[in-house]
Amino acid sequence: MRRRPVRRIGRNRDGTFTIELPDEERGLLEALVPQLREMLVDGTDPGLRRLFPTAYPDDAERDQEYAALTHDELLSKRLADLDTLEQHARAERLDEEQAMQWMGAINSLRLVLGTRLDVAEEMDEPDPDHPDAPAFAVYSYLSFLLENLIDAASN
Amino acid sequence: MIRPAGVAVVDGLSASLITAGPGPGPAPVEVDEPTDDTHVDPDVPWIVLVWNDPINLMSYVTFVFQKLFGFSLEKATRLMLDVHEKGRAVVASGAREKCELDVFRLHEHGLWATMQKDS
Repeated sequence: MRRRPVRRIGRNRDGTFTIELPDEERGLLEALVPQLREMLVDGTDPGLRRLFPTAYPDDAERDQEYAALTHDELLSKRLADLDTLEQHARAERLDEEQAMQWMGAINSLRLVLGTRLDVAEEMDEPDPDHPDAPAFAVYSYLSFLLENLIDAASN
Repeated sequence: MIRPAGVAVVDGLSASLITAGPGPGPAPVEVDEPTDDTHVDPDVPWIVLVWNDPINLMSYVTFVFQKLFGFSLEKATRLMLDVHEKGRAVVASGAREKCELDVFRLHEHGLWATMQKDS
């Protein structure tokens, strides 16, 4: 895992999180949210499959029951996480629940982007002129931000 | 409105469809057992498996194990490394309903979890 020197997110004594993101990074988060929301509401993109996983790989019938039982709840959680990320993208301080929702939204974005980019565990960054390079850069940034959130939450 | 650099291309987030890649878990197999619960021994324990995947961060998987199951950092890290190195790990077991709830909570957090009867 590549490490970047700047820490963006800190944890306060009262449990809240301090968010120190440059404006352009906040703008990126605000721009990503509606794209994933639109995909989720439409619901047909195969890139969403990691957000609605199989529970019973050996039993199609039970898996359908599981999906019928859980799909709406999973969907509303993903959407609620995205709403919080969007509404508080400019926030300098988050309470614990908001920080967990940031984490959920950022990981949803990573799962969808990573699925689309077909990322592998040992993988070099694409060349700067590769068509996937910008999306990969966003994916790497979201990984960095998530790592920052986890570090802060673990303190 | 100014759009931040990089965003224009991320508009492609939904543009290209994923057509290949491994499905979740092993290929489905024919199961001859009755699926009606009343014919199944309720005492047969189930296990919850978490599978290695190339997207979730190791630190995130460890964090989720601690958060959902109350594991110590040491235990959560050991399980995460099992997933990473062996491809999967059993993280919970018990009655089907309980395991299904655990799978659901893992899915909520974006982990690749499945369940099956312990054999």
